[in-house]
Amino acid sequence: MKRNLTCIAIGVYFGIVLLKSEVASWWRIQEMFHFEAVHMYGIMGIAVALGALTVWLVQRLGLHSVSGERIDLRAKPPEYRAQLLGGIVFGCGWALTGACPGPMYALIGAGYLPMLVVLLSAIAGTYFYGIVRENLPH
Amino acid sequence: MNSFLDLVRGPWPWWVGGLAIGAMVPLLLFLANRQFGISSTLRHLCAACLPAGPSCFRYDWRKDAWNLYLVAGAVIGGGLAQRFLIASPAAPMPLDLFSFDVLGTPRGILFMVVGGFLVGFGSRWANGCTSGHAIMGLSLRKPASLVAVIGFFIGGLFVSWIVLPKVLP
Repeated sequence: MKRNLTCIAIGVYFGIVLLKSEVASWWRIQEMFHFEAVHMYGIMGIAVALGALTVWLVQRLGLHSVSGERIDLRAKPPEYRAQLLGGIVFGCGWALTGACPGPMYALIGAGYLPMLVVLLSAIAGTYFYGIVRENLPH
Repeated sequence: MNSFLDLVRGPWPWWVGGLAIGAMVPLLLFLANRQFGISSTLRHLCAACLPAGPSCFRYDWRKDAWNLYLVAGAVIGGGLAQRFLIASPAAPMPLDLFSFDVLGTPRGILFMVVGGFLVGFGSRWANGCTSGHAIMGLSLRKPASLVAVIGFFIGGLFVSWIVLPKVLP
């Protein structure tokens, strides 16, 4: 229960950051794929640097969360064909919609209700993956 | 004081945005002991709404519901930012492509329905999206996440250089 409230609070922060940093901007995504500005690359680069520093500290020092639990970092199972082919499909959708899943939620909250169509389509795409999963390379 | 308000209400420079988004990793790890990832919320919504569906949606989604709370917060945060923290009236997307008026047109279907579908399908197939692979996965130094990010760019470059010039005037 407490964790859920914490997650809502972090999510509020995340939604604000996505709009203020323009990560939720279709124009910024196009600009990124056309290599026209440093904006998105700078954001991703700094974000990964901060994330990697956090991971390194957690692993090095065996840090615990504020509730005293040990933080154990788990990696997703590597499925290189799935990551490459699924990644390509995702990239196509990212360039069309200008939004990965996080920005979809934030933009709906910001009142851009056509993004509800995008989100529902994304849920449908996820469901479709579940139907055809056995037939896809992983 | 005016320049401070301009700073708050204007768009952030990339280094502020990068620090703010990167902070999601320690915030979630230290405050909630969870690893950053958004696209699995789409899977949880399938599991919650269509429990009789394919086997990969038959699991106890309530145990993993933490990021459903996270994205609920993101909806609220998006609303707060739009209401109080953004001075510009410019929409963050072309409204002639993303509106209910064009939903029935080929272009509206391509950008909203097909685009969204590919995001959902691709992120589940790749087992992660920008947050889980590009930020968390690369922070964990996982080759699989690098492969996913390379895939994101292959797809994105293909659409923005080859497909979009054909469908946009």
